[in-house]
Amino acid sequence: MVQDLLSRLGMQLPKEFALILPQVQLGIFALGILLTDFLLDRKSRWWNAVLALAGVGFSGKALWNLRNLEDVSAYHSSIVVDPFAVFFGFLFLISAALVILLSVRYLEIEDEHHGEFYALLLLATIGMMFLATGSDLITLFLGLETMALSFYVLTGFLRHRKASNEGALKYVLLGAFSSGILAYGFSLMYGIGGSTNLARIAQAYAERSPGDPLVLISLVTVSAGVFFKIAAVPFHMWAPDVYEGAPTSITASISVASKAASFALLLRIFCTAFWPIRPNWEMVVAGVAVASMTIGNFGAITQSNLKRLLAYSSIGHVGYMLLGLVAGTPDGFKGIAFYLLVYVFMNTGAFAIVILLRREGVIGEDIEDLNGLISRRPVAAILLLIFMLSLAGIPPTAGFIGKYFIFLSLIETGHYVLAVFAALYIAPALYYYFRVVVHAWMREPGGAARPTISVAQGVALAACTLFILVAGLLPDRFINFAGTTLQSQFLQMILR
Amino acid sequence: MRLMDTNLLSVILFTPLVGAILLLFVPGRLANAHRWIANLFGFAGFLVSLPLIGRFGAGAPGFQLREDYDWIPSIGAKYSLGVDGLSFVLVLLTTALGAIAILSSWSAIQTRVKEYYILLLLLQSGMLGVFMSLDFFLFYVFWEVMLVPMYFLIGVWGSDRRLYAAIKFFLYTLVGSVLMLLAILRIYFGYMSEHAGAYTFNIQALLESTKSFDPSLQQWLFWGLFFAFAIKVPMFPFHTWLPDAHTEAPTAGSVILAGVLLKMGTYGFLRFSVPMLPEATKHYAWLMMVVSVIAIIYGALVCMMQKDMKRLIAYSSVSHMGFCTLGIFALTPMGLQGSILQQLNHGISTGALFLIVGVIYERRHTRLISEFGGLSTPMPNYATIYLIITLSSLGMPLLNGFIGEFLILRGTFEVTGIGSHPANGKYFAAWAVAGIVLGAAYLLWLYQRVMFGKVTNPANEKLPDLNVREFACLVPLVLAALWIGIYPAPVLRYLEEPANAIVQRVNPEYFSARAARVPVEVAAPAQPPSGASEHSDLPPAAPTR
Repeated sequence: MVQDLLSRLGMQLPKEFALILPQVQLGIFALGILLTDFLLDRKSRWWNAVLALAGVGFSGKALWNLRNLEDVSAYHSSIVVDPFAVFFGFLFLISAALVILLSVRYLEIEDEHHGEFYALLLLATIGMMFLATGSDLITLFLGLETMALSFYVLTGFLRHRKASNEGALKYVLLGAFSSGILAYGFSLMYGIGGSTNLARIAQAYAERSPGDPLVLISLVTVSAGVFFKIAAVPFHMWAPDVYEGAPTSITASISVASKAASFALLLRIFCTAFWPIRPNWEMVVAGVAVASMTIGNFGAITQSNLKRLLAYSSIGHVGYMLLGLVAGTPDGFKGIAFYLLVYVFMNTGAFAIVILLRREGVIGEDIEDLNGLISRRPVAAILLLIFMLSLAGIPPTAGFIGKYFIFLSLIETGHYVLAVFAALYIAPALYYYFRVVVHAWMREPGGAARPTISVAQGVALAACTLFILVAGLLPDRFINFAGTTLQSQFLQMILR
Repeated sequence: MRLMDTNLLSVILFTPLVGAILLLFVPGRLANAHRWIANLFGFAGFLVSLPLIGRFGAGAPGFQLREDYDWIPSIGAKYSLGVDGLSFVLVLLTTALGAIAILSSWSAIQTRVKEYYILLLLLQSGMLGVFMSLDFFLFYVFWEVMLVPMYFLIGVWGSDRRLYAAIKFFLYTLVGSVLMLLAILRIYFGYMSEHAGAYTFNIQALLESTKSFDPSLQQWLFWGLFFAFAIKVPMFPFHTWLPDAHTEAPTAGSVILAGVLLKMGTYGFLRFSVPMLPEATKHYAWLMMVVSVIAIIYGALVCMMQKDMKRLIAYSSVSHMGFCTLGIFALTPMGLQGSILQQLNHGISTGALFLIVGVIYERRHTRLISEFGGLSTPMPNYATIYLIITLSSLGMPLLNGFIGEFLILRGTFEVTGIGSHPANGKYFAAWAVAGIVLGAAYLLWLYQRVMFGKVTNPANEKLPDLNVREFACLVPLVLAALWIGIYPAPVLRYLEEPANAIVQRVNPEYFSARAARVPVEVAAPAQPPSGASEHSDLPPAAPTR
């Protein structure tokens, strides 16, 4: 059936090529943008964005053709295309499209509208897609570094701003450090398994005793590296500074797509190689999750910079998603997938509102800059409310359904204490999300001007809002979409 | 019109929502258009709920006017609505008070009129959904949804400390409801493991399943649900959000808060906690009765000390809702009937009291008792209506409050022990009576200070009396108070069946003990006695007396 499908794609190239076609197309467009950028004058740089969007579109089409595949390995088992990879692939492409739409106006105002921006964004997306499809340590590491290197540059893209440079430097230094630790862990995994293939490593781990020091050291180092990438406590320190310094649309991308990609990596490793030693890490992950929810939700309360506030809130969200892994049931994994899907839209939407506030001469990142938004631009204030409600997890928004699955999986597995913690942390979360809402809805506007919404920004905002409401009121289709990830072989193996 | 025949409940539920969506498209500067449309939909919401009276059969068991549609098949949540006697009276109370609240805001709200009415109508739909849902998931969604409009109503249109009061209200209620969500999920999961993986949020299906949960699990679940409902009621010591929220909210917000929102807590107890977890309910009933009596006395005592009229009435709600919870946890048919009736009464009387305070607040922009005095001279009509409502609230015979409180006390008095606890209802009833006396004291004292004597403050000398719109808000409530006080049978007819069903389920010993004492009734011991309305206005006195 697979052969059949691939031959229908009508590729002249080796058949395996169709499996990485989404990445390849992104790559072609990324390089194409670098070339065409020379031909465009200052005013028509937005063509780069159009080109980037086209790349995302083609890549999406190629990915769509792969949607019915069930676990095809290729390139000597270094990648595997399964529903899990396809699901995450769509997440990255959606996020990339939203970020491109939000970037055009923002970069024009910042006066840093260069083609490299879009090229790097597409390259980062390629890295992410390889992270989701990789079933081999080398592929995974290369994917991770491709993504991370692109983001290092993008974080420092506002060359004239100190905060941007500072954020980039912090990101590079700490990121390189964590990648080193992760590489060290990978080398230990290779030593234990005698192979870089995850399935083979999993067999070797199953044969070892769980108390084996080598096994434990590899677990600790790999976890540290991955937790850094998803910004879980205690490896979260970089997040607020990087989020604050990076161009806001890139902040949205780092907080959403990069996080989703790192979660794909985390799930791949923890649900294959590390699954046999689950008792060793279950409580550790639970502890990291609770610590993330604590630091994230209480840290956000005192923030007055919107981007820092959202950085802390995203640390809190990581805590919720990790709890799905602690539960380790179908509902838990489905919950993580659904949560990430919703998170793409709600967090990007929240950053989109921050982007709207950026104008000539106004940074627009302070919570005070929102004052009186309801009278200046009612639509923006209403959308902000919807995003904040969804982030806090109040029905009928999609954020609630995400939290619902996490809670359900915890109840199913008898983790009542964790469930109570997770549920009660909604209260401080709501408090700081509504601090934002209070500024937009109940404060006097002062002298601030009306924010304008460009067409591209309008499209992105509409998409985010529509998804949050539809997936909140009629979530069935999206739950099933998130549920397709469970059909992946590596998850089937452990859930059986 | 066919829709009214097949989906009456949905029509009632969505009428306010349609109004809210319509208002969204009316430009904000046309304030009067907003007022007219909102009032139209508020009144229409009440009108479409009237056919319920004809369509709903009192005394029939179970839920009526059911509607069932698939909503989220993958988790088993359905859009399913239905009403029994309990939700029937609460739905009518909600639509009536909703229309009155909207009408009362005509001149009180001058800023951001458009948003105000949209939120008020959204709130209305949310509350109706809570009372109609037969699906636990749907119930939870409505339960949470109505928090948001209420938050804004307090936070935007409230008085000085509105932001503090609004977020306090939101956080308190949210903490309770997330714990309830966990309890719901545990019940859902319990059903799933009992029925080999089949899943549903249907209340009736879950009701059958929870009965067989072991007692310790039931007790945990009881606490899980308890916080959500107890905070909403609010029971002592979870009442501290209420004085702030009620005091700071605009008049219509206070009316809805006191009149309908608080009933969501008692409704939760009656619909979920008590029937779903009978063992745990019996285990903790004595504790709940103790807390209720504390609320009655404490609330009344705190009222004595208030300088702010709205704050005083807010604390009186703590006291009055204490009666409602006392009646629930007495677990006797009369106590439960009295409790439901008292919820209705509290909605009428306290709703009216908040409207009454709103009337003079709109004229003077202060609520301090010391600012007033001798108002009966410039405002005679106002004084009359205020007096009737005061008497109704303090439980004067021939007015509604008396019937409810009498039934609750009578039901409590009967209690000789619940489950394994030798709780003696006579003591609870005795303390609760003290609460009634205190209630008379603080309400009459308030009336005396505000209305009687000479006009001491020159600002009050020329206060205009009630206008037509204010009459239109208050007179229906006065008539309802009189009607329930003089001839409550038509209302009690609806309450008998749900009350008996709960007792039958939770405290069947009550019927068997009575049957044993009265040989005549041995013939049909399983059948709860029915037919208060056939004999007299008041429910039947027990044959033994």
